[in-house]
Amino acid sequence: MSAGTLYDKVWDLHRVAELPGGSTQLFIGLHLIHEVTSPQAFAALNDLGLSVRHPERTVATVDHIVPTTSQARPFADPLAEQMLATLEANCAEHGITLHGIGSGRQGIVHVIAPELGLTQPGMTVACGDSHTSTHGAFGAIAFGIGTSQVRDVLASQSLAMGKLKVRRIWVEGQLQSGVYAKDLVLHVIRSLGVKGGVGYAYEFAGPAIEVLSMEERMTLCNMAIEGGARCGYVNPDQITFDDLKGRPFAPAGAAWDRAVAWWSSLASGPDALYDDEVRFDATVIAPTVTWGITPGQGIGVDEAVPTLEQTPPDERPLAQEAYRYMDLQPGKPIAGTPVDVCFIGSCTNGRLSDLQAAAAVAKGRRVAPGIKAFVVPGSEQVAAAAEAEGLDRVFLAAGFEWREPGCSMCLAMNPDRLEGRQISASSSNRNFKGRQGSASGRTLLMSPAMVAAAAIAGKVSDVRQLLPTVPCQQR
Amino acid sequence: MTSTPFPMGPIQALRGRAVVVAGDDIDTDRIIPARFLKCIAFEGLGSQVFADDRAERPASHPFDHPAAQGASLLVVNRNFGCGSSREHAPQALMRWGIRAVVGESFAEIFYGNCLALGIPCFTAPHDGVLSLQAALAAIPTLQLVVCLDSLRLEAADGQSWQLELQPGPRQMLLSGQWDATSQLLSNGADLDRLVGALPYLNGF
Repeated sequence: MSAGTLYDKVWDLHRVAELPGGSTQLFIGLHLIHEVTSPQAFAALNDLGLSVRHPERTVATVDHIVPTTSQARPFADPLAEQMLATLEANCAEHGITLHGIGSGRQGIVHVIAPELGLTQPGMTVACGDSHTSTHGAFGAIAFGIGTSQVRDVLASQSLAMGKLKVRRIWVEGQLQSGVYAKDLVLHVIRSLGVKGGVGYAYEFAGPAIEVLSMEERMTLCNMAIEGGARCGYVNPDQITFDDLKGRPFAPAGAAWDRAVAWWSSLASGPDALYDDEVRFDATVIAPTVTWGITPGQGIGVDEAVPTLEQTPPDERPLAQEAYRYMDLQPGKPIAGTPVDVCFIGSCTNGRLSDLQAAAAVAKGRRVAPGIKAFVVPGSEQVAAAAEAEGLDRVFLAAGFEWREPGCSMCLAMNPDRLEGRQISASSSNRNFKGRQGSASGRTLLMSPAMVAAAAIAGKVSDVRQLLPTVPCQQR
Repeated sequence: MTSTPFPMGPIQALRGRAVVVAGDDIDTDRIIPARFLKCIAFEGLGSQVFADDRAERPASHPFDHPAAQGASLLVVNRNFGCGSSREHAPQALMRWGIRAVVGESFAEIFYGNCLALGIPCFTAPHDGVLSLQAALAAIPTLQLVVCLDSLRLEAADGQSWQLELQPGPRQMLLSGQWDATSQLLSNGADLDRLVGALPYLNGF
């Protein structure tokens, strides 16, 4: 059993009571909501005659259904308009702050909470979205929940939870030029499998993790759930504190110093006990691309699609289904696979440093003929910062479209989607069948720089060859 | 689709026919594609369960087999319900008629979402699930009953399997207290004490 880890400490600090069924009532310090998974929760609350217990601890934005071309109201899609109108009405009725379109603070929920300083070390963070694990980058315990649980948090600011085991993912060495946090996490999931993390929280630690920027840590923790781990986290350190300082909801003045002392005390101690530990060497990781229909079906860009013989027996049925669905040949190199659509954005890779890395590849080049390529900033703040340094003009000059913030084609609950059997190079997080809006559409997951490289070449390409001196982002 | 009432109160046993959806890592985008999440109520989701898989295999998807109509148990393999946290997935299954799931393993968020609806996710070892699936392939209309007390799954032809269910969820379902809201609301004083003590809620 784990002891002395950040997970254990934060768990203990937020334990309200032990419940009759054997689970623990856990206080939720920050509750984030959006338009897709909250309307039924508010309806259930109203049916039960309950109010929101701590409306000041819930924060709302709109992201999944917003169009990324014109965001003028009412939306062209009446169902999308109804969902946003419902969120607005629910927030107004219950006194919940909504960072809506045009507020300067709207964006993907997992982008805006960190940039506003809402997400802080030592908190419990819950949201009706599986990628809530993102917030663990700050040393928070953050996890996705379903709509019944959204109702429970609204009603009681707490959840009935079971404690997870803790696995330390220790990463030695340093990522090479052209290799990013996205490649690291795809490599981890490739190694441990999409169900390897079930029952665990993932603590990411070690020399390779300690030098990652906060945005890279968010990419890493974001995809913990793709490895089956409901939450992933990085212990808070000076990089965390430097990132938080001065943000609108971060502590200030004398409280800042007290906060840093408290946050520091929460990090896993040198004597912490883990239920499991797995070690990786960052130095050997190549830009990684998925070839199949789960995020675990990834390979280095310099590798070939694994053959059935190279696949463990119990994974072969899934591999065969992936060959069929993706129409990729086992044994054939993934590099050179033609793509139709290139998407840069999402809660995984829609932050400023992601756009900087992609722009560094796109600068002075042109998107290949016939390729649809577009960039969707993760938030209004990301868009403004990118435009301030001219990234929008770099992308536009290269033939990319520059869009308004939202979840976009990550899950295609908006007009951005694949058509027919189109294949996309995507900086998002899921390559599930049909994920990007077409029941037969195909997705290759990769880093934003690799998506940019695919857009330029019209096919999967090794970004290291296209831009040998590509800078390590923010390092 | 079924008109069986949704789960309510104590659940002692579940009986009915089963539908098998074989394969590992079946994600919630499969169970209910994202376009059907554009709604503010769950009511219409039952007919949309596995929509894309069913459209891809007209009339041959397990949920479209004549023998599956009216089934209330779903038998799956490993890591069922992975991916998105959407409760729309168990809602769609429940509204189609599913009242319990038996599999080798489940994604955690899906498992919790099912429990919140009063739908147990039982596990059984690999060989057990395979033999159950084989039995159902032989006799698709096999009548089954699961007892939550003994955790035995018994078939009308005399075969039986031992299932597992974590003690907490089992107790919650047996006692009818699988809906956590009222329990969470009963500890208000403890919660207020914690709010008064947490550094980040009190200026550090």
